[in-house]
Order: sequence, then C-alpha cells, then structure tokens
Amino acid sequence: MLIIDCPWCGKRPEIEFRYGGEAHIARPADPSALSDEEWAEFLYNRTNPKGLHAERWRHIHGCGRYFNAVRDTVSDFFVVTYKAGEQRPENLGPDVDGASIGGDK
Amino acid sequence: MQKFSGFELFRRALGGHKSWQPQWRSPEPKAEYDVIIVGAGGHGLAAAYYLAKEHGITNVAVIERGWLGGGNTGRNTTIVRSNYLFDESAALYEHAVKLWEGLSADLNYNVMYSARGVLMLAHNHHDEISFKRHVHSNRLNGVDNEWLTAEQVKEFCPPLNITSMRYPIIGGALQRRGGTARHDAVAWGFARAADARGVDIIQNCEVKAIRRGPSGAVEGVETTKGFIRAKKIGVSAAGHTSVVMAMAGLRMPLESYPLQALVSEPVKPAFPTVVMSNTIHAYISQSDKGEMVIGAGTDAYTSYSQRGALHITTHTLDAICELVPQFRRLRMLRNWGGIVDVTPDRSPIIAKTPVPGLYVNCGWGTGGFKATPGSGNVFAHTIARDAPHPINAPFTLERFRDGFLIDEAAAAAVAH
Repeated sequence: MLIIDCPWCGKRPEIEFRYGGEAHIARPADPSALSDEEWAEFLYNRTNPKGLHAERWRHIHGCGRYFNAVRDTVSDFFVVTYKAGEQRPENLGPDVDGASIGGDK
Repeated sequence: MQKFSGFELFRRALGGHKSWQPQWRSPEPKAEYDVIIVGAGGHGLAAAYYLAKEHGITNVAVIERGWLGGGNTGRNTTIVRSNYLFDESAALYEHAVKLWEGLSADLNYNVMYSARGVLMLAHNHHDEISFKRHVHSNRLNGVDNEWLTAEQVKEFCPPLNITSMRYPIIGGALQRRGGTARHDAVAWGFARAADARGVDIIQNCEVKAIRRGPSGAVEGVETTKGFIRAKKIGVSAAGHTSVVMAMAGLRMPLESYPLQALVSEPVKPAFPTVVMSNTIHAYISQSDKGEMVIGAGTDAYTSYSQRGALHITTHTLDAICELVPQFRRLRMLRNWGGIVDVTPDRSPIIAKTPVPGLYVNCGWGTGGFKATPGSGNVFAHTIARDAPHPINAPFTLERFRDGFLIDEAAAAAVAH
C-alpha cells in the first residue's frame, strides 16, 4: 500500500485517498469554440507516461481536498505532492530514484 | 514444423524423445519486412499467424521486448466468454469464441480450451434484471447465455454457498460455451504455427523509435537490434501502447493500470466451472494443474510496475471465502500484476491510425485474453487490406471524436 503525503494532513495510507487521474488538464475556457478533435483530446486522450506523472488525488477519507502529486509510474514512488492550483514543480529530472531521495514507498 | 499427433508421440517415444526440434526459430531480424507487429503476446502472435494463413503475407516480423507470452498473456486468469451486452462487442467476442472452438486443431497445438461454463452470480434485484437483459440481448445476437435460479446455480456448481452469506445468491447467468484455455499454450501455439509459415519472432528486441518518412507514413522501427524497415506496423503492445504510439507522435485515449491475480496451492478437482460475481467481486476458476485461479481488481492509480497493493487482493479473497467457505483453508501460492491499457468506454481499439501504415490493437483493458484469436484475426485483416473487417469496424480510434462509444464500462457484466 502506498503512503501518500497529503499537503494538508501529512502522510496517510493509500486507502484514505481517491485517485483523480492526470493533473493540469484545464477545462476549456470557451467550450463552444472547440472542435470535435479538441473535445476528444480534452475528454479522452491522456499522456499515460512510463515515468514521472503529474496526477490528482483526493483525500476523501481525510480533509476531502484535491491535491496534485508527481509519481514515478514505474516504481510508484511519490516524488512530490503539492496543492491544487500550484504549478507542477520543475526540474524533477527524468530518472528520479526513490531510494536516493529517501522517500516513502 | 514437426506435426504433433498420437502416432508421432509414440514413434518418438521409441527414440527416447530425442528427435524433437525447437518449436520456433530465433532468427536475427532481416533488413526489411512487409509487416512488423510490435509485441509478441497472444494478440500479436495471432495477428501474425492470420496474416500468414489468411492473407498470404508471410514476410512478417513480431518484435518483442522480453520473451513471447511474457506479458499479459501469461498473467491473465484464462477465462473465455462472449456474453457482452452490445451488438458490436457480442460480435467481436463471439467471433473469438468460434475460433477458440477449433483452435487446437487449427494450430495443431493443444490450447486446452475447456468449455466448462462461465457463471455470473446475481445477489440482488439489480443484478437479476441486468443479467436477464444480458441473456435476452445475447440470445438475439446468437450468443448462448441462460438464467439459472439459485437452486440451479447450486446444482451446477455445488461448492458454492448460496444462502448463509451477507449477500445470498439469488440466481445467475450461465454461458455454457464459456470456460478457460491454457494461456501459455495459446502464445506458444500461435508462435509455433506462425513461425512454421515463415513469420520471424524476434525476442529480446526493444522498439526504441518509429521512423516516419516525409509524407508522414511509417518507414520502419529503430530497435535494440538496429533499424528494421517496413511499410506497415501493427502495434499490439497492451499496457505499453501509449509509450509505443508516442514514438509515432500519437496521443491515445488510454490509461495503464495494474490488474492483479493470484493462485492457490494446487488441489484435486474441486471447482467445476468459472464463477464471477460483480457485486461482491469474486472471480475464480480451477486450472487443470489444480490451482484456484483468482482475479482481483485493478489498483486505483495508473502504473507500469506490474504489482499492486495487498488490499486489492484481500478484498476479493474476502468475497471468495464467503462464497466458497471450504476454500478458507487454501493457501495462496503466488500473486502478480499485469499492466492493462484501459479505454474510456472499456472497449478495445482495433484500427487504422492517422499515421499511414500504422495500425493499433489495444485497449483490451481487464479482459483481452478471451478475445485473443478473434482479435488477431480481425487485426490481420485490417493490416492486410488497409481496411477494417466488418467485426472491428466500430472499434476505431475516431469513435472518441465522433461520440460513437461502445460503452461496456456501463453495460459490462463484470467489473472493469
């Protein structure tokens, strides 16, 4: 089970959280202006990377708030969590190794 | 190819079984092929086999990063069924079941398809009316499926506890032609038969890039064994489809999740059929080796780790212990995860792509094994003719743009 660091509540077990999918997908400012291709891109296409992934989580059995995380989808190691609305942290590097950072897994 | 038969077995037994040859070659890649299939799982090998058998295209390479059948083909729970609700899905999976029925003879390889029935349990009124709807829909599509009362369920599968549980069994939907097949044998059988028709299976060869020409059409793949030229590339890479398609600059409506399964210690025949329950989330059958094969759920988050959390497996074991109390004393031997590529509507994509010469067979999510021969068959047709077979014509990439979803996510008889 993953240990997830909620930016408000601290480290809690995975079963307290609900996964929210890829982060930083902004709802279109002017929905009626979108073509079908753009709608499909917004609704369905996902990056689904093998490596670092910015994603949303919700602390549903805790504070109830959404936040974002960057997780390595190969090791499931959480590199960083940050509050909703903040930018994805830069320069995390392509090969973040959980052991070298000394984080929880 | 050395043909397998009772006579051959007897004849070679006299020679101490020393004259058998390897079942497929391990060739070095040629400079150019007519078609390259990326991924030597069941679906990719089946596509190569049917390209050679039905379309006369034998200059084919199947390129595999690991070893053949080492991904989801060797990680699933081996169930075969076709009782899907929607017409498009029923046609696709029924096409596969019909191929399963003759597959061992066709491949000259025993894939151990066993039509022992697939029984889906109902525990509440909603289950009952939903399954009855499936039964009617399936019958209209020529797919066998029948409603059983609780007593008939007990008679068909005596180990089940139907009353003394939190959610008693009130009936079930049974597809008698459903069952199991031995998943490794499926990969090996297709590999052997494809190889015999001239297909090169290139293992331990990772695709690093897809090269496209000035017109945008594919020219070949860069691999760890060098550049291999081909005008047609079929991607059959399951959980890694997004990664491979990104090499051609395409974004996919896919997310990859770990799906867990586990097996018990082997015991004598104790469980006659395949039982699944959506409501309490149990999924169990017995392999011919004697292990209880149990399918758990997907983990909540996308991952490529091929493992998942323990609470996912204990959740399904709780249900199984209540459903079949005698299994409480069984010890579990192994558990593992496979990475499944899930589409928004939980239906696969078997289609041409916006990139000329690039084809994709993906999105099988949590239930691709059952479709292996049918999927390979229509994918081969799509590649060979550069146009879909009528069966896979609805399963396009463009359905997400055009709104023609095949929403088995809402309709499926089991949890996805």
